[in-house]
Amino acid sequence: MAIFSVYVVNKAGGLIYQYDNYVPRAEAEKTFSFPLDLVLKVHDEKVVVSFGQRDGIRGIKFIVLADPRQSGIDGLLRKIYEIYSDFALKNPFYSLEMPIRCELFDQNLKSSLEIAEKAGTFGPGS
Amino acid sequence: MTVHNLYIFDRNGTCLHYSEWNRKKQAGISKEEEFKLMYGMLFSIRSFVSKMSPLDMKDGFVAYQTSRYKLHYYETPTGMKIIMNTDLGVPSCRDVLHQIYSTLYVEYIVRNPLCVLGEPLQSELFTSRLDSFVRALPFFSVRAA
Repeated sequence: MAIFSVYVVNKAGGLIYQYDNYVPRAEAEKTFSFPLDLVLKVHDEKVVVSFGQRDGIRGIKFIVLADPRQSGIDGLLRKIYEIYSDFALKNPFYSLEMPIRCELFDQNLKSSLEIAEKAGTFGPGS
Repeated sequence: MTVHNLYIFDRNGTCLHYSEWNRKKQAGISKEEEFKLMYGMLFSIRSFVSKMSPLDMKDGFVAYQTSRYKLHYYETPTGMKIIMNTDLGVPSCRDVLHQIYSTLYVEYIVRNPLCVLGEPLQSELFTSRLDSFVRALPFFSVRAA
């Protein structure tokens, strides 16, 4: 469970997508040491058209909660943005700033999280 | 690797001390507003971090990092908050901040009968010792990387 949750927040601050991936720990696991700090990164996306004209500024924020030992979160955030643009923005039935209810977005998000979890989680030595 | 600046707040939000070593860009607002902004932001972030945590938290909010700097935070059980902005190469600073609290603040301020707690720190000895302590840190160099 190295990646706990993914949230997508629109420009107005409303939550448009949430995915939680943590299982409440069993009593026996309380003897393990907990992660000390939370890795919390906010990636702010803006689309700016050239010639100085701002057309359709989209202040979409992607938030990933993960274990501090998990590496590759930057790449994961970029990947989530790609998945967002491929499966939400290009979906003709999806309107901007609305909650994301696209199956393909969910599926691809989950598989990229699995890939990131398998590839990441290095100790301090890496 | 360098230290940009350091803030010390008490538990009421009063900024007791601020020093700068390597700050390239000012905030564009007055110092008072900057302190209020810093304290308010930390208060909100601590509350956010504890609410969003999927696990039990040991230390709570410890640091945040942007593409240009890293802000380290240390809070004592009495509510004293020490904040240090460094560049990105610096690893965890908690023990350094704890040392600042225990060997500098406690020694030169709390134990000084003339220092009024709750007011901005006037002690020159404290300021100079703090300055030499920070300059002696292994990750401090005058020219920012």
